[in-house]
Amino acid sequence: MSIARPILWSVALLALAALPFVAGKFYIDLIAKIMIMAIFAMSLDLLVGVTGLVSLGHAAFFGLASYMLVLAAPDQYTAVSLWTSLPLAMAASALLALVIGALVLRTRGVYFIMVTLAFSQMVYFVFHDTKIAGGSDGTYIYVKPNASIGAWSPFNLGDNAHFYYAMLALLALTFLFLRMLLASRFGRALRGIKSNEQRMRALGFNTYAYKLAAFTIAGAIAGLAGYFAAVQFGFVNPEMLSWHQSANVLLMVILGGMGNLVGAVVGAFALVLAQDLFSSLTKHWLLLMGGFVIAVVVLLPNGLTGAGQTWRHWRERTRSG
Amino acid sequence: MDLQIFLIQVLNSIQYGLLLFLVASGLTLIFGIMGVINLAHGSFYMLGAYAAFVLSGLTGGLLWAIVLGVPLAVLFGYVLEWIFFSFLYRRDHLQQVLLTYGLILVFEEVRSLAVGDDVHGVAVPAALASSIPLGSAMSYPVYNLVISAACVIVAALLFVLLRRTRLGMMIRAGASNREMVRSLGIEIDFLFRVVFALGVALAAFAGMINAPASSVYPGMGNQVLIICFVVVVIGGIGSVTGALIAALAIGFVDTFGKVFLPDYSGVLVYLLMAVVLVWRPEGLLRESSA
Repeated sequence: MSIARPILWSVALLALAALPFVAGKFYIDLIAKIMIMAIFAMSLDLLVGVTGLVSLGHAAFFGLASYMLVLAAPDQYTAVSLWTSLPLAMAASALLALVIGALVLRTRGVYFIMVTLAFSQMVYFVFHDTKIAGGSDGTYIYVKPNASIGAWSPFNLGDNAHFYYAMLALLALTFLFLRMLLASRFGRALRGIKSNEQRMRALGFNTYAYKLAAFTIAGAIAGLAGYFAAVQFGFVNPEMLSWHQSANVLLMVILGGMGNLVGAVVGAFALVLAQDLFSSLTKHWLLLMGGFVIAVVVLLPNGLTGAGQTWRHWRERTRSG
Repeated sequence: MDLQIFLIQVLNSIQYGLLLFLVASGLTLIFGIMGVINLAHGSFYMLGAYAAFVLSGLTGGLLWAIVLGVPLAVLFGYVLEWIFFSFLYRRDHLQQVLLTYGLILVFEEVRSLAVGDDVHGVAVPAALASSIPLGSAMSYPVYNLVISAACVIVAALLFVLLRRTRLGMMIRAGASNREMVRSLGIEIDFLFRVVFALGVALAAFAGMINAPASSVYPGMGNQVLIICFVVVVIGGIGSVTGALIAALAIGFVDTFGKVFLPDYSGVLVYLLMAVVLVWRPEGLLRESSA
């Protein structure tokens, strides 16, 4: 186990790095999209898997940052600077998460699920009912953000391979950042809140502030993913912050396995590829998807990365029983 | 705003609020008693509306569709609880969310396979298809009054059931303390199944009776579901009285919001929820006597 894991990691990373040399444009774009969703899923894992906050409204922060890319530009044909619009988008998502978090964290348990869903729906209606960025139709973005610093242009987001490597780097950086966060005192406090909030409070932790900080950080990282999703797709619409999107990312976290970030990445790959497979089979692919969701939750309660554990449990139970 | 328009909007608010109450009362009881968060509850409203469309086509009228549809909904709820939901009680909320979300996808696609994705209308029964004149230029459809009246009757029956019968007593007891009811030897499995079937029937009835007014379209269940969550959050989980107050409040806020602030009407309901959350995070009435 101890040797197998680094080897597995290196192989996965090498395979991802080598992909643009062997795969066509379709697969480069698909994997880049999956890596964006993996960043999104990791941000939710910080809430669901680490802190024990089941949010069903995480798409609000993803979608707001997508819209910030549109709102930062004077019109659809003018390229904005990556270095100003990205921080702006992430800051907007973080601020929204701070405000919503301050309200929703007053509740717990099933209330929390319903209230996060309701508030994300409120944000959805803001973009759906008003004329902002094309209202319910959404709007196209014809140009990619400009990554140049002064006269120097390190990479071009319009180039598929460049975009792919940028997303790979971002995925790795987000992973390392969250890993460091989890290893810190802050991260251990969050895990403590998940296992027993009462005890953490008794130990003198201001658990509300810790949860709010986690909610805001998760919102900002979801914004990072949402921003690049808008860059890649070249359009935004209210569906990007719909509750189906929130349910989707929650599924990724569960499918991969909660609380260790790796699961979120694995889940993003597995879910997007499964959706791709199902939608190529039939027009009524959501029926297969529904069955798949139910099967995953019933058969793999610990997700794909915890499948071995589930299997061992099951075997022990059948042996003893 | 002159008096006639005001009156019409008040009637619309009450109608919308009562319909929300029928759907949300089942949701809040199912959560209060079984501890299950059911995202698929909006689908029952959708299935009710489609049942009204299909059955009124087969039988020739909405009235027969409802007479046939409500027992079918009870049966459907009873069986669904038995083969699916009874497995959810021991799982955590996260898994319940995902399992019932999967169920929504299944329901929507089955509906799409069976009836297609078109918008359908359901005819208002001929005897009720007239309008009442209000002043010189306004009128109000009789059928909309019938919807409100039917909702009032069903809501009254629900309160009688909950407050005046032995079954209602068990349900109320279950909503305020599930463990205690179980340990007092009440047959909880049966109680769960009855409450679930009741909730499904209420939601489906709301969908059926409102079908001529709202028309029947894909995704109609999800819209209702999320507003019903707001109702339950404002009213307090497990409280039917709270659900009634919250549903009517939302009916008024939403209807008058559409008149005064058409661009922001979608947001107002959630702002109302935010205010209630700041004021009373547990909802207006939590687990009180139904």
